Amino acid sequence: MPNPRQSKIRNFCIIAHIDHGKSTLADRLLEMTGTLTEREMQDQVLDTMELERERGITIKAQAVRLVYKYKDGEEYILNLIDTPGHVDFTYEVSKSLAACEGALLVVDASQGIQAQTLANLYLALEHDLEIIPVINKIDLPSARPDWAKAQIEEVIGLDAEDAPLISAKNGIGIEEVLDRIIERIPPPEGDEDAPLRALIFDSFYDNYRGVIAYVRIKEGSVRPGQRIMIMSNGKEFEVTEVGIFRPHLVPVDELRAGDVGYIAAGIKNVGDTRVGDTITSADRPASEPLPGYKKLQPMVYCGIYPADGAKYEDLKEALAKLQLNDASLVFEPETSAALGFGFRCGFLGLLHMEIIQERLEREYDLDLVTTAPSVVYRVYKKNGKMVEVSNPTEMPPPAEIDHTEEPVVRAQIITPTEYVGDIMELCQERRGEYRHMEYLESTRVMLTYELPLNEIIYDFFDALKSRTKGYASFDYELIGYKESDLVKLDILLNGQVVDALSVIVHRDKAYARGRAIVQKLKEVIPRHLFEIPIQAAIGSRVIARETIKALRKDVLAKCYGGDVTRKKKLLEKQKEGKKRMRQVGSVEVPQEAFMAVLKIN
Amino acid sequence: MRQLGVYIHFPFCLKKCHYCDFPSYQGMQRWMEPYLEALFREILEWKGEVCDYAVKSIYLGGGTPTLFSGKQIASVLEVCFKSFNVRGDAEITIEANPGTVDRGKLSALRGAGVNRLSIGLQAWQNKHLRFLGRIHSSSDFVQSVMYAKEAGFENINVDVMFGLPYQTVEDWLETLEKVCSLKIQHISMYSLKVESGTPLHIWYEQGKFPLPTQEEDRLMYYKGREYVSGFGFKQYEISNFAIPGKECVHNLIYWHNEEYIGCGSGAHSYFNNERFSNTSDVEEYIRAVMDGTQRINYREKIGEEDERFETIMLGLRLVEGISKQRFKARFGRDIEFYYGKTIKKLMKQGLLVDDEVSIRLTEKGMDVQNVVLLEFMQ
Repeated sequence: MPNPRQSKIRNFCIIAHIDHGKSTLADRLLEMTGTLTEREMQDQVLDTMELERERGITIKAQAVRLVYKYKDGEEYILNLIDTPGHVDFTYEVSKSLAACEGALLVVDASQGIQAQTLANLYLALEHDLEIIPVINKIDLPSARPDWAKAQIEEVIGLDAEDAPLISAKNGIGIEEVLDRIIERIPPPEGDEDAPLRALIFDSFYDNYRGVIAYVRIKEGSVRPGQRIMIMSNGKEFEVTEVGIFRPHLVPVDELRAGDVGYIAAGIKNVGDTRVGDTITSADRPASEPLPGYKKLQPMVYCGIYPADGAKYEDLKEALAKLQLNDASLVFEPETSAALGFGFRCGFLGLLHMEIIQERLEREYDLDLVTTAPSVVYRVYKKNGKMVEVSNPTEMPPPAEIDHTEEPVVRAQIITPTEYVGDIMELCQERRGEYRHMEYLESTRVMLTYELPLNEIIYDFFDALKSRTKGYASFDYELIGYKESDLVKLDILLNGQVVDALSVIVHRDKAYARGRAIVQKLKEVIPRHLFEIPIQAAIGSRVIARETIKALRKDVLAKCYGGDVTRKKKLLEKQKEGKKRMRQVGSVEVPQEAFMAVLKIN
Repeated sequence: MRQLGVYIHFPFCLKKCHYCDFPSYQGMQRWMEPYLEALFREILEWKGEVCDYAVKSIYLGGGTPTLFSGKQIASVLEVCFKSFNVRGDAEITIEANPGTVDRGKLSALRGAGVNRLSIGLQAWQNKHLRFLGRIHSSSDFVQSVMYAKEAGFENINVDVMFGLPYQTVEDWLETLEKVCSLKIQHISMYSLKVESGTPLHIWYEQGKFPLPTQEEDRLMYYKGREYVSGFGFKQYEISNFAIPGKECVHNLIYWHNEEYIGCGSGAHSYFNNERFSNTSDVEEYIRAVMDGTQRINYREKIGEEDERFETIMLGLRLVEGISKQRFKARFGRDIEFYYGKTIKKLMKQGLLVDDEVSIRLTEKGMDVQNVVLLEFMQ
């Protein structure tokens, strides 16, 4: 039973598909409850990272405490936890959900439920959250609120009859949402006098206070000066500050069961405060951690190299800084004959990878060369040993391999019925196995496929979008490993293997991919003084070949009426371009070549 | 006495050619008179600066200098003669477009001291001329050459282009055949370069025409080179061929990296270890000269390292290459002291020859001069 203090607290999150208005609704809630002054208010307050704003997505979890005076005259504390919305971050999402008792399910009144919404909704139901459907964007001419309601009832089996009809953009219906949160979402429970158990649902590194762990206090209480322990690793720290989110950090005297807030304890490494872990009291530890903690393993790997070899140390420093706030980013030094010194980096998924790359380039002003992303393959050798291979160069020679396995995902695609054929075709091209199809309503279906992860890490989402005019939505979860006939495809320039261009592919795909790569390379590698054969090979067997003809002419005809400067500038430009190339044996390869290979289909 | 070249720019055209990205303009004829006034003034301004120099060449280029009357050109030269120590044997060239010269004008030019004529033909076939946006036909060209000879010109250059879209080797050789049969003394043959900002560039981007491959381009170059040699033309520079003794003095100034001054809008100078140029905006140029304000909008000090590289960059265009003796005289040390390793590497690649007297490109090297120069860049 909640105590009187707890009965005035509601902890909730918002579940929505991209573009369905999660951030805008959050902004309105902040505004309506006066949490921020007008001056502090800017659109999408919770999405603070530049990238998040630009992409309209949430990468890191955020939290904010709202204070709302309900019609009974009482003030309620509403803790909104903003969750990441992307499949790469499913685990983080589930931990954020575990910090709440309820969720707003925001559905676009003209688009209805999408795959991503569904995935997160199922997660929320798993955590026994009270779901409040909210129909957004009712101001749009295309809005069909009744249809959206019916769909929620039909697809999810949730009573949506009295779902608030709102327009977050225009501030319509926001109060109704706030009232509904208080009426429907149960207050938190938990014994304030029990040993401390605080669930970490995010953390970031602050230069002055060290790691700031975002927590939901499940049981007990925590205050400055108290000694705490991280349950997964037994490390102990002394709390220097606890506080709440307004949404900036505001210190308080104490956090108690039911509260959402932060703990700072001079922790130096976010790796010590991983999402899902439990913080307890060192002097009076809880007997059990909160359920469900796991250390995330990267799903996708790629090589990241500085375009300018001299920037290696800068890249190292930048990665280390990003890792301060992102315990799921892993990296270790790697050397490539073609690209020099760089790092093998592991990510939770493709979006995570893109985000890290973009942040390195933008926030740290680095020019990068990245190699094709790879998943983690399992190679069973004839000697009975299994090796995990995430870098094609580590693939054992074919003679040593007994069989290979690759990770497989279950993908759910929600689409208007007219695109079912196109999607099936796409999934088939990507070696997908059809599982089932379910009609959500007469015009929309949910397709379930099992797909090799390596088939979706390139451009599956783009292909899906283009084949369905953007109407299909897509979500996936890793379900395990499956035997698969995998081969290492090497690319040879002038007879020499270019390690950075090697990829692991399914044997059936090797020929087409090899052809595509050699053709692409022929386009992007400039002519040299000699002829350059480009070959794609599996082991010693060449499966595709192109030739770059020798350079026959590179001379200016005119002397531009005494304009010597102009000619010199042209040469300087040429020299600049040459400098940015990578020397592979006797061949100079432009960096675009390494990137171009990523964009082949 | 130190030697100097003088370039004078005439930025007016009846119609701008489709491939041209030089600072010349059509529809600006109303500025021609004021332009001459400014030009006179600029030339006179130079007088004090170059009194210690002997001018061995004057080059009247454009644009279309022959858009001006014979009398106007003569007055420009008169100002030159007044301002500079023009040598008695100086080469005085004017660029002429077929269709803008007649007997009278050519005689007037000859009488005013012009002793070399550079005629832009570009191609013999009228379809190519139309494509390039030339205002003349091939018969206009023949007539111009005839008039020039009648006027007493004994040193005539003809500009021709290869590597045009749809140009066949036959077209190209026909062009050379017609040119050679006119018994002129100098041929500039250069391949079409699609420069950005030109109509040709736009059309090319739109995919309206193809360009020849490198192989086709070189084939025309080799065939052309071979063809004109049969008429006594000797190649002395990557794009230039002359009856011995008729090599262009003015262009040799550039290639020997010697000093020259440029007068007129957009004209470049290399003088006192500086490269600089006038604004190429005609109105701005006139205003600046007449008001006595700054007409130069680009200026660069040439340090010794720059000068060495430029000497190589320009000298390697010449068939005779870079004279080792002249290099040493200019920079105090042997060329090998600065570039020994590079030279060796390029010789090994078959792009460069060291014949003791000079360093020069091989035939293969001439095709890829830029590659060679990049090696020399530090």
